[in-house]
Amino acid sequence: MNGRDTILGRIREALRLAAPAPGSHGHEAHGAVGVPGGDAFREWLPAVGPGPDDWVARFAACSEGLRTRFEECASDADALARLAAIANEEGWERVASHRSEPARSLASGLELPVLWTDDGYSPDAMEGCDAGISCCDALVAQTGGVVLTSRSGGGRALSILPPHHVVVARRAQLVPDLPAAFALLQQRYGAGYPSMMTFITGPSRTGDIERILVLGAHGPKRLTVLLLP
Amino acid sequence: MQAEARQFQRDATTVSADLRHRGLIRKALAGYEVKRDEFKGRFRSWQGARQAAAEIKYEAVNHLDRYLVEFADKLAARGTKVFWAPDASSARDYIAGVIKARRAKTVVKSKAMTAEEIHLNEALERAGLEVVESDLGEYIVQLRKEAPYHIVFPAMHLTRGEISELFRRELGTEPTDSPEELTMIARRVLRRKYIEADIGISGANFAVAETGMISITENEGNARLTTSLPKVHIALLGIEKIVPKLSDLALFLPMLATAGAGQPMTGYNTLLGGPRQPGEADGPEEFHVVLLDNHRTRLLADPEQRDALHCIRCGACLNVCPIFRNVGGHTYGTTYQGPIGSVITPHLRGLQDWKHLSSASSLCGACTEACPVKIDLHHHLLQNRRNAVREKPVWWEKIAFRAFAFWATRPGLWRWTGPLGRIGQLVHPMIKGSALDPARAWTASRELPEVAPVSFKEYWKGRGR
Repeated sequence: MNGRDTILGRIREALRLAAPAPGSHGHEAHGAVGVPGGDAFREWLPAVGPGPDDWVARFAACSEGLRTRFEECASDADALARLAAIANEEGWERVASHRSEPARSLASGLELPVLWTDDGYSPDAMEGCDAGISCCDALVAQTGGVVLTSRSGGGRALSILPPHHVVVARRAQLVPDLPAAFALLQQRYGAGYPSMMTFITGPSRTGDIERILVLGAHGPKRLTVLLLP
Repeated sequence: MQAEARQFQRDATTVSADLRHRGLIRKALAGYEVKRDEFKGRFRSWQGARQAAAEIKYEAVNHLDRYLVEFADKLAARGTKVFWAPDASSARDYIAGVIKARRAKTVVKSKAMTAEEIHLNEALERAGLEVVESDLGEYIVQLRKEAPYHIVFPAMHLTRGEISELFRRELGTEPTDSPEELTMIARRVLRRKYIEADIGISGANFAVAETGMISITENEGNARLTTSLPKVHIALLGIEKIVPKLSDLALFLPMLATAGAGQPMTGYNTLLGGPRQPGEADGPEEFHVVLLDNHRTRLLADPEQRDALHCIRCGACLNVCPIFRNVGGHTYGTTYQGPIGSVITPHLRGLQDWKHLSSASSLCGACTEACPVKIDLHHHLLQNRRNAVREKPVWWEKIAFRAFAFWATRPGLWRWTGPLGRIGQLVHPMIKGSALDPARAWTASRELPEVAPVSFKEYWKGRGR
């Protein structure tokens, strides 16, 4: 008998006796909610305002707490100017990006050598880049998070290996909350998911030494989100 | 008494008297408590969210066969190799086999409690491989050749001074008292490992049946690097990690972050559904998912405690447990510490050897209140005590309880309890603390309660006079 049959056999044997109803104990007992899903979670999750302006404000407030640098840009040209200012400030010599708009235009606009991930790349070369500039699928107002995939974000490593990750997003990509973000992923990729989808919430961090927050444990020390109109 | 129980008692006595250790743990958890409460308070209803999470895990665990098959088939359809491991040795052998087939030399690992459970590192090192833990806390305890202290915060028992000294000794770095500099030392050392390693091994926090994906929650980015750069990625997870639908994570991800670390959302929550797909820039050539039973089905077969398989390993029950906070994580001698460890270890590793953990509880119920998926933890500790006695009664306890029942159910005898107690109380100081003292275990650190001068019955009879 193979492992699969062994385990499934044990499970079926074990499940012959029914378990008592979930969460029916304790003095904080809550009435059954009937195996909910998707949108129903909004009833319990942290509240988010109704309109896009509330979402931008919420995203900005979360970013501050997370130490994400969030910049609302007036135009694509303004975004490039702000990105160039950051590049200057940090003395970038080389960046990595991918050929999807608007990341492509911004990365090439910097007039620095660019490592494009689209046709494959060497990890050593990417490690030598000062920043990774990528697109994303959505920004989540509720958590201040960025949703991207191996397809929309130029692969798996672009958003995690370079020490500064710059996310370029359009205002229309802002969604209110996590249920909306998952609905968007399902709608966009339901027919064939990318091999990696990730929710990035702030720069890399650790509290493993005396529970004191340190940024840039293994991933990017800095995360910048440029919001384009 | 079993060796495990003796070790527990010995270590608990030492550690709970170590005031420095207690201060360190208290300080480490103080910030967590404030943040956890702040972010719990932002939920429209934390209690509603707990109930919903409990019902979703109930659905998954009580139809585990169906959801596991869906999960495995979906993964396999996109080129992932799924291996079903009934026990620890089959999981170890499979993983070692994959590594050997690639003629690999170095392995980089991100945090996986299941790997601790099956002692994977030791097995791979015996086979001549270099295995590097990449989570900062895990890296520190690996350098110390220690087990993780806490399922979420593996190195919370160490001060920055101890870590600096460890790095100086093992890596030859300059001493520093800055947590930031210490983190950057580890970052520098481990960066090269991701690029050079042939194999990446990870755990998983959730397994999504609907889409055939694992989900990994982390703050550092080490799991993302581990699963992006090496040519082969192997994920090892327990069969109970299942959630039915992708959208279920909209609830579980923020709850795990809030309950586990006092964060609104953890830094990286990554879903992986296969090796590099056509048209993708990077990613591993091979992706293996190892589904581990290792006696989880034994726990599943106990309907009374089946909800212990709802556990999402957030560690909230450890953080609030007065026992954990005083005896510390290493005292348990188990992979999973604290209340959840005390509940599940007897099922995973044998009731008689681990039943003493059920008594390492004040039954205050703080764990049950803290649990985001509403596991009835403190009642399960009581049930484990009962099951242990049912399975193998202790002869002297049996005699003692029979004698007590004989005495207590006969009013003629029972009315002598008070007077005898008052006499005993007079005599007790003469033998207190000596080998003759029957209450020695209690009086070593506490006073006995005083016997009332008159019993209730005597008082009631005499009240009119």
